[in-house]
Amino acid sequence: MATHTQDSGRAPSRLSLNDPTVRAIFFQVLVIGGVLALAFFLVSNTLDNLERRAIATGFHFLDREASFGIGESIIDYSPKDTYGKAFVVGILNTLKVSVIGIVLATVIGTLIGIARLSSNWLLARLATGYVEIIRNIPPLLQLFVWYQVITESMPPVRLALNPLPGVFLSQRGITVPVPAADPVWTWVFIAVLLGFIASVIMGKWAKIRQAATGQPFPVLGMSLVLILGLPLIAYVAGGAPSVMDVPQLQGFNFRGGLVLSPEFAAILFGLSIYTAAFIAEIVRGGILAVSYGQSEAAAALGLKRGVALRLVILPQALRVIVPPTTSQFLNLTKNSSLALAIGYPDLVSILNTTINQTGQAIEGVAMIMGSYLAISLSISLFMNWYNKRIALVER
Amino acid sequence: MAGHVDTASSTAAERPPALSLGPIGWMRANLFNTWYNAILTVLIGWAILMIVPPLFRWAIVNAAGFDATSPQCRQATGACWAFVNEKMRFILFGTFPYAEQWRPLLATAIIVATLAAAANRRFWKPWFVAVSLGALALFGVLMWGGVLGMTYVENSLWGGLPLTLILSVIGLSVAFPFSILLALGRRSTMPAIKAICVAYIELIRGVPLVSLLFMASVMLPLFLPTGVNIDKLLRALVAFILFEAAYMAEAIRGGLQAMPKGQYEAADALGLNYWQAMRKIILPQALAISIPPLVNTFISTFKDTSLVIIIGLYDLLGTAKAALSDPAWRGFYREAYLFIGVIYWCFCFSMSKYSRWLEQDLNRGHKR
Repeated sequence: MATHTQDSGRAPSRLSLNDPTVRAIFFQVLVIGGVLALAFFLVSNTLDNLERRAIATGFHFLDREASFGIGESIIDYSPKDTYGKAFVVGILNTLKVSVIGIVLATVIGTLIGIARLSSNWLLARLATGYVEIIRNIPPLLQLFVWYQVITESMPPVRLALNPLPGVFLSQRGITVPVPAADPVWTWVFIAVLLGFIASVIMGKWAKIRQAATGQPFPVLGMSLVLILGLPLIAYVAGGAPSVMDVPQLQGFNFRGGLVLSPEFAAILFGLSIYTAAFIAEIVRGGILAVSYGQSEAAAALGLKRGVALRLVILPQALRVIVPPTTSQFLNLTKNSSLALAIGYPDLVSILNTTINQTGQAIEGVAMIMGSYLAISLSISLFMNWYNKRIALVER
Repeated sequence: MAGHVDTASSTAAERPPALSLGPIGWMRANLFNTWYNAILTVLIGWAILMIVPPLFRWAIVNAAGFDATSPQCRQATGACWAFVNEKMRFILFGTFPYAEQWRPLLATAIIVATLAAAANRRFWKPWFVAVSLGALALFGVLMWGGVLGMTYVENSLWGGLPLTLILSVIGLSVAFPFSILLALGRRSTMPAIKAICVAYIELIRGVPLVSLLFMASVMLPLFLPTGVNIDKLLRALVAFILFEAAYMAEAIRGGLQAMPKGQYEAADALGLNYWQAMRKIILPQALAISIPPLVNTFISTFKDTSLVIIIGLYDLLGTAKAALSDPAWRGFYREAYLFIGVIYWCFCFSMSKYSRWLEQDLNRGHKR
């Protein structure tokens, strides 16, 4: 501030609280002192309590045998593995539900958001009803409902429904056949990646060419050809394996195939449908935020409806949509911790078991918080990067 | 079509074209205006016909009576509202002594009435703060008892709706002053204070509420001096206060940022110091703008109170789950979840409607 110029007439006062600079330093020292004192109080109490209860601090427990089973895991895990590995399983399960949930919620949310603006009265009312009902009921209650619906409306394993060959619906979840392991699938996967990379390069090239010559290039169609065609070539070249890993009823459970457990299905559907209600409102707001004049201007320039939507309306709507959607993605990720209540082995649920078995409460809670902070930060960074890419470039 | 109508009769009042007016016209314009909308309408209509009549039969036609017994309910093909009738008081008030349950009922009514009054802009006066504090005190007296001939009820027996309200309302009122300080601190020019506030807000907003509840339930006893013991309810409240303070601070920061710079400059020109300027000029306006986002924060907290089931408290969702575990009435989860779902929905929906209305109402001055 410019207040020190007023001092020129007076005798220079030393270290007065009326001097803004001195005052600022004084208050900051006071606040930092207060925070440090609070931290010291808490830490000394904690150390005192830990000593009294004879709890050893540190992360050595991570190397010990976990000796508890985990219902589902992406990587191989057995109760003989360490707590550290169980923690990794938890993180992977949390990421699995978050990533699939985010994709699903975005798709459902966008569809519902557009449906709310539909000229079809019935559809618009239905979408409004969906949003108003879903977002005003606690997500935990919705998860309980989904879990009950999935487990209680499904028949027991012995009487599993078999709507399609190899697909079984039962209380143990949904089992579907997957192609049996074959080295060809690795090549198909690599071909998909190559297709994506080639499409990105082609997109850049097409942009440069259009800027130079004005010739448009059908990027979308060619990308589809690349992304679908390359894997197809790899599949056929590999001898087109057609052996399927079909689930079989063995004893009390299914063997083989891909299993979608009821816990996972409940948390996935529950979170996606809950978050979709919020995303729908954001999408609707974003579309409404683009003024009608923009559509008219695009039409006046002779752009077709599809092109106008892609090049004029959507880029402007996205600018409004992306920042609040980011916080919805973060909410979905944080809400995946509700998995604890229905028994899906996510990060929180596994660390909860760890805390109960080892008594390492501080380390456990710190690991929960640290992991979520890291995940939240990565999502924020990615979405900020994306937001910057689509932001308005102003002169 | 009108070829045979002679010119003499055309002066008489013409009937409006039936195809563009009235119910048929409305349907043509809103349901069948394009071919894909027509298909959508037919599909949705079919889905409604498939879903609504069975639901109606389940909920009303085939439902067992309000005073049916559990075996009678199991024979009926429809809903068992007798379960809700039987367990209603347990779901609403938890394990509060049965004969004394008029107390939580009255206490809940007082809180709801205070909230409803607070929604009215006529009551946005300093004296209303005193009234609200009085209402909270009355709530405490009714719930704890121990005076005026009411027996003492320890708070481990509290449950249901009063617990849900207490967690959200007390959490909100205690966190509010902290959140103002945090919001001001985040906009402060003093680097150390700003850094502390930013770190706190971002830390809390980056982790799920479940982890804070865990922290409060397993770590809080370790943080306090040996011998100091705090009960579960207070632990949950601490978690909610920490959580809400960060979220409300962000809502208030939005209000502070929306204030035009001229207001700060005008306060400086009047010679007001920082706290005077904040108290008399900036905050009254910024807080008014922040009320809609604050109400939204309150709605999410209200929904989030259901998470206390994880640390073993029996709020509305907790009592419903407990009622379902009664062997005599096991399996009537549809009725139980529908009952509490409707309660949660009524609270949240009315608050969100209010917040949207208020936003428009506050904006009215800026719109022409």
